[in-house]
Formats: sequence, structure tokens, C-alpha cells
Amino acid sequence: MPRVIVLGPQRRITLDAVIRGLHDIEAVATVTAGWRERESDDAELNQVLGGRAVNLRLYARWQDVLERDPEYAAAEREHRSALDEAQELYRLQLAGVLDALAEVSRHGATADRIRENAIADARDVVRLVDQRHEARIALAREEFAATWKPAGRSVPAEHRAAVAELLRRTNALVVSGGHVGVLLHVLRLFALPAPATVIAWSAGAMALTERVLLFSDKIPHDPGHAEFAGPGLGWLTGCVLLPHARRRLHTADPVRMAELAVRTAPDRCVVLDDGVRLEWPEGGPALPGGARIVLDDGRIGEPAVVAS
Amino acid sequence: MNSRLAINRLKDRKPDDAAVDRFLARHQAPIVEQDRCTFLWRGEADDVRLVHRIVGLPDAIPLRRVWGTDLWYLVLELPAGSRLNYQLEVRRGEHHERMNDPLNPKLSYSPVGTSSVCFADGYTTPDWTEPDPEARPGELADIVVTSRALRRDQRITLYLPARFRRATDYPLLVVHDGGDFLQYAAAKTVLDNLIHRLDLAEVIVAFLHPKDRLTEYANSTAHARFLTAELLPRLEAELPLVIRRSGRCLMGSSFGAVATLSAAYRAPLVYGSLILMSGSFVFTDVGAADHGGGPAFDPVVTFVNRYRARPRRVADRLFVSCGVFEPLIVRNRSMVPTFEAAGMTVRYVETPDGHNWENWRDTLRDGLCWIYPGPQKWVYE
Repeated sequence: MPRVIVLGPQRRITLDAVIRGLHDIEAVATVTAGWRERESDDAELNQVLGGRAVNLRLYARWQDVLERDPEYAAAEREHRSALDEAQELYRLQLAGVLDALAEVSRHGATADRIRENAIADARDVVRLVDQRHEARIALAREEFAATWKPAGRSVPAEHRAAVAELLRRTNALVVSGGHVGVLLHVLRLFALPAPATVIAWSAGAMALTERVLLFSDKIPHDPGHAEFAGPGLGWLTGCVLLPHARRRLHTADPVRMAELAVRTAPDRCVVLDDGVRLEWPEGGPALPGGARIVLDDGRIGEPAVVAS
Repeated sequence: MNSRLAINRLKDRKPDDAAVDRFLARHQAPIVEQDRCTFLWRGEADDVRLVHRIVGLPDAIPLRRVWGTDLWYLVLELPAGSRLNYQLEVRRGEHHERMNDPLNPKLSYSPVGTSSVCFADGYTTPDWTEPDPEARPGELADIVVTSRALRRDQRITLYLPARFRRATDYPLLVVHDGGDFLQYAAAKTVLDNLIHRLDLAEVIVAFLHPKDRLTEYANSTAHARFLTAELLPRLEAELPLVIRRSGRCLMGSSFGAVATLSAAYRAPLVYGSLILMSGSFVFTDVGAADHGGGPAFDPVVTFVNRYRARPRRVADRLFVSCGVFEPLIVRNRSMVPTFEAAGMTVRYVETPDGHNWENWRDTLRDGLCWIYPGPQKWVYE
């Protein structure tokens, strides 16, 4: 497992201070594919990294693969369509089971125990729906990779080799935010090996975890149900990351927040707001000091120390 | 409360012409004071009326004259956030003249002309309907589809989102009265902005241009066949579209909403979603009763009556909206339980507005973003 340093959103830049403090880093590879068409707008990032960044240009490489390997492109379209449809159906299922959970929680059962049992059952159903979806997405991705073997196709293989060569000249990887689905896709397609040190924020950090949870309570016309998007790279374990939590979630609503904690357990929901810097020497699962999580009661705080 | 209105303060002063001049120079008509809107007209006349289409109020409401002056006024209570399209009708002897309010520069545009518009307290034109230089523009391009069903060539204006790529599958939206949506509801600007803000998924839109909309949109078999058997297959063959029904949406307002519903009714479960704005869903509870819509509505009434008698699931999700000032509000409210009873998920929105293009423009975000939500949940900058 690499050393993983996760930062809060970089609207307020803290990356420069982090880099200055890491004396063992000489050259840095960057992934800004989450910015999609704006991938190459990385002058400011390169400046923050002291002019020693090499952008792996994974988004542009992906577009090149799609253009030069039409057979693979068609297969990938079909695969993406299947994933989208699975996500749509999962969303429908979630709406039903989360509504049921909310209804049961509001129900005025005369005996607390009866109501608590019903709530526990409803939560189990929600978790079952989540887990089945995550498993199906993981399986679909494995099957696609096994069937289409990007490593064995000339264009993806050519880019993989080029990326590997660039990575050999660097000893750290910086992954920026953006579209987490795009990031995950290109990181897998070009089979990035785990480097010695990874620094990431926002979507970039989410992509490093085992489980990627999509969330926002503040999208107009959206019921605000958080949804799992499937597995991440797994370089960071034991946690689900919530960047921009205070901007995106109703953090003052403990019932709403507790629902997230329940759904992600035993992994902990780690809140990544502005200024956060967390370092996992070997990618987890123990949370580093200073991590703030969503507690079981829905409040945000530091995890309780468990006596050994 | 009334005594505090500007018009009442003027009246208290028993104004002369000069005072009226100063009053009009100081106030923008209509004068909006919380939930009261004072409409003004100045000139010699025997009668002045405000002509509007707020359901429940008389179609023409007389203005009163400020004693001793040529200033006419009317105070109306309008709900917060509402918009009212209106004109003034001035009678001099036997001569009637209908006009936009000369004291109000705000106009509402439609295919049948302009009318004055009053923005009640709290209404602001949504910023996502105005051009945003940050939003990368999509492209509009016309194609022609030769239709055997319609027995003519049908022009279609296609909207392709910015950064359109053939390697991506896009959902499809088909818009009735497409030219009017583009011209009077700022549809292209709205699409560009909502996509730019990640509120709306990147989408391909086919804007339709009817030739004889009162016929084609009034439950026409030919129109439905054109959409489903001719247009859809061609678009799906030529464009990178999501080939499943959740990626197909029909939209229309007024008669266009009838065309939307009737096309989906004839092709159940081909389309995943419908957007029905201010649908002209005129029906009669007693079959032979006078529906009041005139001959153009006869086929509509036949269709809606049949649908209400035997509701059918025609899509998965329906966005239904209507302005509370519209005479159609009761019809649309009545359709919601009918749609739900047929097993469709319905999102119903009422707007403080009338049967006009700005209402449909302002409702676009609610409808489009519910049907095809953007990737906001996937993006963490």
C-alpha cells in the first residue's frame, strides 16, 4: 500500500505546503483527468508543484483509445450503458427502501422495541441493496476487463507503456478532483501501479478508496439519496471519503447524517472539508489522527478511542 | 394597508395634472408594493379595462379614474413570485382599442404577438435563462426527415451539446413546438446553462416544427407514427443515443403536451419520460357536454375522455406542470391522480404564472433536471 495523503478541497490551496514538507519527493506525476476536457489546464497546479509535475494526460489518452480502437470503443459504450442502467435501477431501489426506512422511523409504534426492530430491519434492507449493487458493479467491471483485456490491445497497451515510463521517472502521484467516474475509469484503463506516495483531494481522493459513495443533499430536484458508485482503487481502506461535506450535505441534520454512517459501516465516513490534511502511512485501515468522521449519532467528530 | 399604497397617497392629495406627471415620473408602472400591484393608464376615455387570463377573475377588470385627473388605476392582489401577462382595453364611445400598457416597458413575446407583463413582488427572471459567457454553447443544426406518415418533409432542429463526442451515448429529448421553445423560451440558452452547471445531463434535443399544429397535435395518428416509426429510428441510427426508454423523453406545452401524451399512448413504453407543461387536457365528465374549447378541441376531448376512462401506463415518469392563473389548472390537477393510477411516477409542479412561454421557460429547469439529472453527484472539484 502506498503512503496516502488526502487533502481538503483545493479552493484554498494547501498542496504547496504539503509538497514543501515532503523532502523525499523529486518528481511528481499528476492526474487531472477528472477535469475532463480541461485536463490540460494544469499550469497553476504545475506551479504549485514547483514546476516538476508530469501530467499523465490520462483523459486525452482515453479519448485517443476510443478514436483509434473502434471495436474497444463500441464495447466500452455498451459497458458504460449497462453500468448506467444498473445505477438507474439501483437509484429506484434506493428510493423505495430509504422511503420505507424513513416511514418506519417516523411511525408512532407504541412499543419502542417493536419500532427499533422494524428500523433495524429496514436498515438491513438498505444495506443489502447497497451491497448487491456494489458487488454487481464490481463484477461487471471485472468481466469487461477480462473480456476486452486492454493490456492485450495495441492502443491501450501503447498508452499503458507510455504511462509506466513516465511513472518510472517520478516518485509521487498527485490526483486532483473532478469527475470521480472518469478518474476511476482511466486509472483502471491505464493500470496505474500504486506509487510510493499519493497525494489526492476531492474526487481524486475518493477514487483511491475501496468504496466510492456519491452524495449531495443540495441538488435541485434530487431526493438527495447517497448512492454507491462501485469499488475504487482500494489504495485506501476502511473509510469512505466525503469531500466538501459541509457544502454538499445537511450536516446539521443528525438523522440524515447517521443514515450515511449506517450505510457505510464498518467503514467510516471521513469528512474532508477545507484545510484538512490526513496521512495514512500505509493506506489504512486505521484512521490517522485528526480525522473527523460521521459518528453513529449523526454528529461530526473525532472517532472514539477503542480500548484494546 | 391600502392607505399606504402610492396610488392612495396620490388620491389623498387631490392631485392636479402636474402632480400626476410627477407621480408617473417617480413610479414604474405597474407599481408593485408587496402583494399589491397598481396598474395605471393615462388619457381621456370612457372606459379602461385590464384584460388578462387569470382563472377565477373577470376577463376584463375596469380601472377607476382618479377624480379630477385623466389617470386611471386598478389595484390587484398578486401572489409573491408571480407574473401576469395583460393588456389594456380602452373604450372611447363605440371605439374599442386593445393595447399593451404604454407605461410598462416589460413585454412578453409569443407567436401571436406581445403583451405587457407585470412582475409581482419576488419574481426575478431566472439567471439560467440568460446567456452566460462561461457556458460553452451547444450547436443547432437542421435536418429534414421525409415523412410518409405526415406526407411531407419535416424540418427538425437538432441541438448537440458542447463537447459532443460520438464515443458517448446521449439521452434524447424531443420537443413539440420546437421553434417556439427556441425563440420564446430561450431553450438553447437554458440547455447550455443547465449543462454547464452540471444540473442537466448532456442531452441531444430534437426540436419539431409543426406545419398545422392544431391538427397534428390534437391526437393525430400520423404525428404519433412520424415520431415513433420515422423520427426516432432515424435519430437512433445516426446519432450516439442511449438506446433504451429511460433515455427517451417527449416534451410539449399546451397542445404540444396533448401531442406528447397521445404519441406516448400510441407507443406505450417506448418513451421513458414525458414533460407535459400546461397540457390542453380538456375533458368532459359527461361525454356529450359542451367542453367550451371549440372544434379544434373535439379530438382532444375524445382522446382525454378515453384516456381518463381507461388510464394506461405510457411512460415511467411524467413531469406535469401548470400555471395557477391558467384556466387549464383544474384539468391538469385532475390528470395527476389519473396518471398516478396508471402506475406512473408523477412530479407535479404549479407555477404562479399563466399560459405563456415565459412560464414554460421558467419551468424548464424543474422538468429537464428531474428527467435527466446532470452529473453533479459525480463531480467533486
